Amino acid sequence: MKTDPKGVLTGVHYLDGDYACGEGAMAAGCRFVAGYPITPSTEVVERISRRFPFMGGTFIQMEDELASMAAVAGAAWTGTKSMTVTSGPGFSLMMENIGLAAMMETPCVVVNVQRGGPSTGLPTMVGQADMMQARWGSHGDYKVIAMSPQSPQEAFDLTIDAFNLAETYRVPVMFMMDECVGHMTEKVVIPDADEIDVVPRALSKKTPADYQPYAVNGRGVPEMVRAGDGYRFHTTGLTHDDRGYPEMSAERQQINVRRIMDKILLNVDDIVRIEEEDVDGAEVVVVAYGITARVARMGIDLARKQGVKVGFLRLVVVWPFPEKRIRELAAAVKAFVVPEINLGQMVLEVERCAAGQAKAVLVPHAGGGVHDPRVICDAIVEAAR
Amino acid sequence: MSATAHPPNPNDHPIAPYLRMDRMPHIWCPTCGIGTVVKCFATALEEADVDLDKVAITSGIGCTGRVAGYMKLDAFHTTHGRAIPFATGLKLARPELESVVFSGDGDLSGIGGNHFIHAARRNMDILVILVNNFIYGMTGGQNAPTTPISAKSSTMPFGNFERPFNLPHLAASCGASYVSRWTCLHIRRLTKCMRVALRRKGFRFIEVIAPCSTLYSRLNRLGGGLELMRFYHDNATIKHGIDTREVDIGFQDTIICGNFVDEEKPTFLEMMNAHYGKVLGDRYVPMPAEGGWLHD
Amino acid sequence: MTDANRVEIRITGFGGQGVVLSGHIIGRACAVHAGKHATMIQSFGPEARGSACSTTVAISDTEVLYPYIGRPDVFIVMSAEGYDKYRDELKNDGTLIYEKDLVRPKIKDGQPSFGVASTRIAEGLGRAIVQNIVMLGFFAAVTKLVPQEAMREAVAKSVPDGTQELNLRAFDAGWDAFEEEYGNTAGAEKEAEEALVST
Repeated sequence: MKTDPKGVLTGVHYLDGDYACGEGAMAAGCRFVAGYPITPSTEVVERISRRFPFMGGTFIQMEDELASMAAVAGAAWTGTKSMTVTSGPGFSLMMENIGLAAMMETPCVVVNVQRGGPSTGLPTMVGQADMMQARWGSHGDYKVIAMSPQSPQEAFDLTIDAFNLAETYRVPVMFMMDECVGHMTEKVVIPDADEIDVVPRALSKKTPADYQPYAVNGRGVPEMVRAGDGYRFHTTGLTHDDRGYPEMSAERQQINVRRIMDKILLNVDDIVRIEEEDVDGAEVVVVAYGITARVARMGIDLARKQGVKVGFLRLVVVWPFPEKRIRELAAAVKAFVVPEINLGQMVLEVERCAAGQAKAVLVPHAGGGVHDPRVICDAIVEAAR
Repeated sequence: MSATAHPPNPNDHPIAPYLRMDRMPHIWCPTCGIGTVVKCFATALEEADVDLDKVAITSGIGCTGRVAGYMKLDAFHTTHGRAIPFATGLKLARPELESVVFSGDGDLSGIGGNHFIHAARRNMDILVILVNNFIYGMTGGQNAPTTPISAKSSTMPFGNFERPFNLPHLAASCGASYVSRWTCLHIRRLTKCMRVALRRKGFRFIEVIAPCSTLYSRLNRLGGGLELMRFYHDNATIKHGIDTREVDIGFQDTIICGNFVDEEKPTFLEMMNAHYGKVLGDRYVPMPAEGGWLHD
Repeated sequence: MTDANRVEIRITGFGGQGVVLSGHIIGRACAVHAGKHATMIQSFGPEARGSACSTTVAISDTEVLYPYIGRPDVFIVMSAEGYDKYRDELKNDGTLIYEKDLVRPKIKDGQPSFGVASTRIAEGLGRAIVQNIVMLGFFAAVTKLVPQEAMREAVAKSVPDGTQELNLRAFDAGWDAFEEEYGNTAGAEKEAEEALVST
């Protein structure tokens, strides 16, 4: 369906990534946000708290990130699109209830404007070192979807997609911005509401007597209902059966956990989103995401001037990882070069998927700034040798 | 139906419609007090004549944390300590819901203590029923923030020396609009108290003292279920309206019960709506009662 | 960086002078009203509150791939502390634009530099707070980097409702200050333009 125009600030704007993310959420129909202030993400909720009262949205500043994520998980069960916003230290606290949302299969969006870590790290400066945490941060086996915007425009566009993916697959979606994108201001075009497609809550048509909250449909995603509509359903963070009742057994664990993994795995081709440039015939393919994807393109230009055939693959959706595509490319290229503002995270995934067919070369940056494109260029040239 | 020829059918029990009878028997030990509190709540729901379709119940983790699992309501069995913020999200995103939290002392005042005080401070529009058995039951009798001084627990085997919370005082001093305490022996009074609380607004807090005969009672040699009920009978006194500073509970000491606070004061939602209405006038669009969900 | 038509600007002043808004307006004028690409970054952190405050804008005809600046082509200075902190990074032939009552620059040989009494001019308009907009008018006239109308549109869209007229007057006053002070000086304008083109 088309979105609710009340949340859409149609026009050509000059916005930073945080504001654009907030606008994307409102344009997607998000009407509940709970959060706890943390640099460099705070502008997202400042934007939302200023605009929500005019569109029927409620923002609440909770006492901490544990509460923020719990409130979002609760709110999502009313059918209201819900989101929380944080940075590394808060992301760590949210992991508990991100796991709950994954286990209860609760659609919601978690924005992490990444700064340098670990611990308090570099509050005002860029990092991309929470990428593995986004995938593995809560305990147990589960899968989420994670995306990484490279510009304020994408912070707007992809936030809408994040809400749509959350609804489609009943998962928490990690919106992995970085401080650089969050705090850079650029042109952001917000279209008319009738150009914005949103996925509303797909409510079950079953009667309360027939409805089971975890009985699957064709694509492995159970139908949902809203709290307050008379279904009197039950849900739990415990391992559960199709009725949502706890069942402590190895057999049920196998079924339950397999399914919350499979609903992503089996739909991976629909979820994965990458952008490629000149990968055919390339000797080296650079894999990057977020702000690093932009800087990497400068490194690629420099390397091309030195005669290296370089392709580029940008991870728009970071998790699930485009395993199949990396495997294909690994058979054709000498090496992947992976610049990221951490000391080696997504490169591990590239290396795993390349499975020895091609090298995976990390171009690390500990955080606090972006790469010097010349360093990326040097890594490309070296990898092509 | 012949009542004499067959054992009674559990589904004929007056509160069966409020329970998930397909989940019976429950996990609680014989002589545990939680079941009685659930019975009181179900009765209160019936007497208060609330629309059950609009009641959502949220629990955390622990013995009392299982209550949501047995109530035939929209029910959320969440993470340890987070029932209050989860229930807050439900309420704010669909304000017509009666959002009830049902959980234990360790869950709500230990790991969830920060949420408890902030929800009370905001006078958040939720009803919180806390069953206090002075101990962490499900994990095997460890010390709780409510364990009385000198009482033994599995992690204070020589007796507890930490000062416990006075929970009604904590709730009242943070701003709760309704604060009561009963024991699970006070069935009629507790039921009435719950019924009243369902008609009140804001942060409503009911502490129910209940026995854990398996752990707390055994570790402290307090006897079986009957002895525990007799203790409540002999040692609970009712003092409505008493200053909550006076309602500390010492080990095997008097348990002061009653309705301590029952004040009409603006709730979080009322304050938010009134404030935005005043500041923004007609431009303010409140969250619809049925939630801010996208639909045709 | 590798982008031949890229222009980098740093604006500095003290907190409260509207440094960030100035960067925002320049960026917006380029990106929204003049068909260019412009990425603004504001410096965050404790050092940005009260004392030296700074923002940078990278402008290009193509997408700005590298958002941070190296050595700016234009340095707009509204406080002495900001000047001291950032003066060394200005390109040797970069254009210096400064609040001449607040900053005493040490101008290098051959460096195009233009001073304006933006605070006094703003006070003359009745509101010292529009000092930064006076400075923007002056900047626009010095550099001609962004069409005057694009800048005026960006000012009007970026300032609080009800203050547009005052701010546009401030902008025009800054523009006129350049015309009066330097407009007759043959070559000054040309020199500034050449300085930019050569980067």
